[in-house]
Parts: sequence; C-alpha cells; structure tokens
Amino acid sequence: MIPKNSYCTFVEKRYMQIKEIQEEIIDEFSMFDDWMQRYEYMIELGKSLPLIEDTYKTDDNIIKGCQSKVWVHAELKDDKLVFTADSDAIITKGIIAILIRAFSNQKPKDIIEADTDFIDKIGLKEHLSPTRANGLVSMIKQLKLYAVAYQTQIK
Amino acid sequence: MSWLSGIFVYHYIDMLDINKIRKDFPILKRKVNGQPLVYLDNAATSQTPKQVIDVIVDYYENYNANIHRGVHALSQEATDKYEQARIKIQKHFNAAKTHEIIFTSGTTHSINLVANGFSSILEKGDEVLVSAMEHHSNIVPWQMLCKRTGAVLKVIPMNQEGELLMDVYDELLTKKTKLVFCNHISNALGTINPIEEIIEKAHSIGAAVLIDGAQAAPHIVADVQTLDVDFYTCSAHKVCGPTGVGMLYGKEEWLKKLPPYQGGGEMIAEVTFEKTTYADLPHKFEAGTPNICGGISFGAALDYMNSIGFEEIAKYEHELLLYATQELLKIDGLKIYGTAKNKTSVISFNIDGIHPYDIGTILDKLGIAVRTGHHCAQPIMDFYKIPGTVRASFSFYNTKEEVDVLVQGVRRARNMLL
Repeated sequence: MIPKNSYCTFVEKRYMQIKEIQEEIIDEFSMFDDWMQRYEYMIELGKSLPLIEDTYKTDDNIIKGCQSKVWVHAELKDDKLVFTADSDAIITKGIIAILIRAFSNQKPKDIIEADTDFIDKIGLKEHLSPTRANGLVSMIKQLKLYAVAYQTQIK
Repeated sequence: MSWLSGIFVYHYIDMLDINKIRKDFPILKRKVNGQPLVYLDNAATSQTPKQVIDVIVDYYENYNANIHRGVHALSQEATDKYEQARIKIQKHFNAAKTHEIIFTSGTTHSINLVANGFSSILEKGDEVLVSAMEHHSNIVPWQMLCKRTGAVLKVIPMNQEGELLMDVYDELLTKKTKLVFCNHISNALGTINPIEEIIEKAHSIGAAVLIDGAQAAPHIVADVQTLDVDFYTCSAHKVCGPTGVGMLYGKEEWLKKLPPYQGGGEMIAEVTFEKTTYADLPHKFEAGTPNICGGISFGAALDYMNSIGFEEIAKYEHELLLYATQELLKIDGLKIYGTAKNKTSVISFNIDGIHPYDIGTILDKLGIAVRTGHHCAQPIMDFYKIPGTVRASFSFYNTKEEVDVLVQGVRRARNMLL
C-alpha cells in the first residue's frame, strides 16, 4: 500500500520537472483511503529523509516556527539548486521530504516559478496555513529566497 | 493511587450531572475531523454555555448602546447591566468596594496597567520578584518596567516537581523588594502556588503583591480580602465567558496611588487644553468605550459557574486529574512535567523520543484538542530542557470517557510515531 521510499524515487527520476514530480506525488497520495495512511506515509518519509550535515544545522540555517524547528541548507551544483533540510518534529520532517523531492535539484528559475498547490491536493493543506506554528510556510519562502539569490549568481 | 479514588470518580460524577451540564455547551456536540470533539484545551480557553451566549445575543438584539452619560433608555439599560456585572465580579472575589474592580481586556492588560503604574513608584535599585513559572505575559511587562526604572528583576526558583522554593523566596525578600508577582496557578504545570504565604511574607517587608489568577479563576474562588492581596487579575474567557474582557482587582489605596494607564474618553473629569483632571475610580483606568457586552457576559459567566458550584467543580476536576494521571502514566515512556502535591487539572507531558507537536497533530486528527508547545512559558521549558510539552487540561464538563479517548489517542500516536 505504502509507496516505496521517496528518496529512491527522487534519485531515479532526478531530472523530472517540478510539475511532473508534483503530479507523481499527488498520484501516490491518491492511493490512500484515509488520514491514517497519509500520515503513516509522511512519518515514513520523515524517517527516511537524508540527514542534513551537522555543520549546516546552525542557528543561521534555522527557521523558527514557534513549535517545531526547521533547518534548511542550499547549495548550487552545476546549474541546479540542491536543498537539504531537517526538523525536530517527524510530521514536519515528512512534509519537508515532500517539498525537497519537488524542489531540490532543480534550476533556480523553475523553483521561483513553481507553485505549492499540490500540498492542498494531497490533503495536507492545514500544515501550510500561515498560522500553523511549524515553520513550513517560512521554509517554502526560504527555498524561494535561496532560488532568487542563486538565480542572481548564475546571471 | 488507591482503589478509593476510583470510587470517588463515580461519586462526584453522580454529584454533578455532567450530561445535563454538557447540554449547556452547544460546541461540545460538534465533530472535528469526523470524530466527536474531545475538548481538553481548557487552560487556554474555556467553552461558552448557552446561558452566556444568550446574554451576548440579548445585548446585541435588545439594548446595544454606549454606556455612561447617555440620556436615552438603551444607554441607561446597558450602563445598568454593565455596572451590575461589576458588582457580580466584586461579590465573587469579595472585594470591599465596587470601584476596586477595573474592567480590562484581560489578564495581560491588567498586568500591564499595574506595571505601567509602578513606573512612577519604583526607583533605581528597587527589586521586583517574579516566580520561575510565569507566563510570558507576566515576565515581559516587568522586564519593561525594570528597564524604564532601573529596578532589578529577580526570580523565585522552583524544584523539579514544579513547586516554588519558598526558603529561597525568604532570602530574596529584602528591604529593596517593592513588588512581588506570582501566578495563583501555573498554566503550564498546574501547580497551585502558596499565595497566602507569598502575600504575607511580602507584606511583612512592605512589598506589594500582584497575583495572576487567570488559571485559578475557573477552579478556585479567591477571596481578595482574606488573602489581603494588593492586586488580583483574571480573564473572562477562562471562566466560560467571552474573550477580550477581564478584570483587575486593586486595593483602593493602590488604585488611587497609580497614575492612569491610557488617556481618552471615559477616564476624565474635566478637560481643557491646559489641564485634565481624571475621573474617580474605577473610570480613571477605563479609557474609551469598553467591551460592554463582554463585561455583561463576564458577569453572566460567573453566575453560571456559581450555579454549578466551585466546590463541586474543584472536587470533580480533581478526580478527573487523578484518573487521567493514573491512566497516562501507564503509557511507556510518558513523563509528566509538574507533579506538585497541590495542583489543578492540567497535565503537561511528553513521550520519550517524540516531539510534542507530532503528538498534538495526531490527536487533532482524532478530534482531541490539546495544546502543544511551550505554553508561553519558555523559562519553564528551558528549566526541564525540553522544546515543549503536550498539555491536556480538564474542565467540569469533561468526562472520564473523554479521558479514556485521550489515553487511547496518545497510545495510537505513540505507535504511529515511534
């Protein structure tokens, strides 16, 4: 029932466009009948998210969400932006895994232009509410800010 | 926990007709995420009974008008009801005089009013004591006050159980101490603080005492004259009333001494461009159009709770607390923070290896409302070296069955998350 490890999926299909990846994620989530299965999958994703290197788990990289902390690190590899991230809460980490899968290893320009509607479509909208104290809204903003910054660098 | 407590649970369930009481609260019928709502976030805000909702509706449907000074009938009716509510609050807390009750927007406003007033009283080198288990709203105004006046903020520490170290308090009290500030009950831990002793000792060296009764008001009736407290404050929304309204009790002598907090209409006696003379108490502290409907329904909320009876409420909630504590502690790796001998129906807990936010998220999916995070009391979380806790807080309209749903929910969350 539960799809295979998302990270592996991501490695195999690393050159997919953001839109395609998002559609793939929507497909995966459409297999679940109820919230329990969705959450179990997210927790699974959270547990399998590659750990961010400790050297990047600094206060500079922290996004304070009041309740759960989120760390994001970005670096440019060739013309693509690679994100690593972490959180101290596992459900938050699961959503980070989904976001990383959609946005990491993409061109900064594509990241800037990408939307995040797919989160609504997989039934996780509540986690991206600006009033939710989990740091995810700030995280997306941060991913886009990194993309803007590196886009300028590429030019 | 002896077998006896189980009997008491049923005993008090019989004494309070919980099913009848629950019918007073329309919100308790609703579903959340497809599940019946189990509302266990009462320490953050209590739910509102029909009796209070009716008063709110009646106000807007029948006599909504600005109060004081109005010559027309509606204004007079609204003024009478508002002032009657002040008398209800006065009687509830046994204040000596009606004008010792100031309507505020809530506890935070009350505290800021007093802290601001003390700006003109404190001098450099004076000391203000606060307890280690304060809500942020009780720390920040005093820090600001100390910054303005050059006074020094000192902290009364607590032990691992979440009880204040009263011997250290004795040492901290000196001639320099001008003000002592402490909550009656801790919002994060549920500890009932020994405020009688705190007040008496502070008075013995001439310091004033402000007690934050926000968490205490739904469980205990504070008699401000017996306590001999200088200031006491609470918010209506914790005692089945509406949000955005609360009260400050202050001894007349203190309220006369403190300067007004905000300038505006209602608080003046006479105004020219050269000089303004302030209105008498309580209006001196009530600038602008107040929360009229809020004040009136605050009074109705106290009526409602008194009709059930605070003594019965306290006994029943205590039994719920014992039962919930006993059942939660059966879960592997669950630790409760705040194990004071004297505590109210608040349980702050964590499970080894799980972030409180994750537990709260799963419980929400099950229709169970709890609070997660630092509960606006970061110093307490720093003390225990944790990012936060899950907090379940019980009210008189909660049931033993709801405690069972919580315990099952926590078990389920644990299985999913570990």
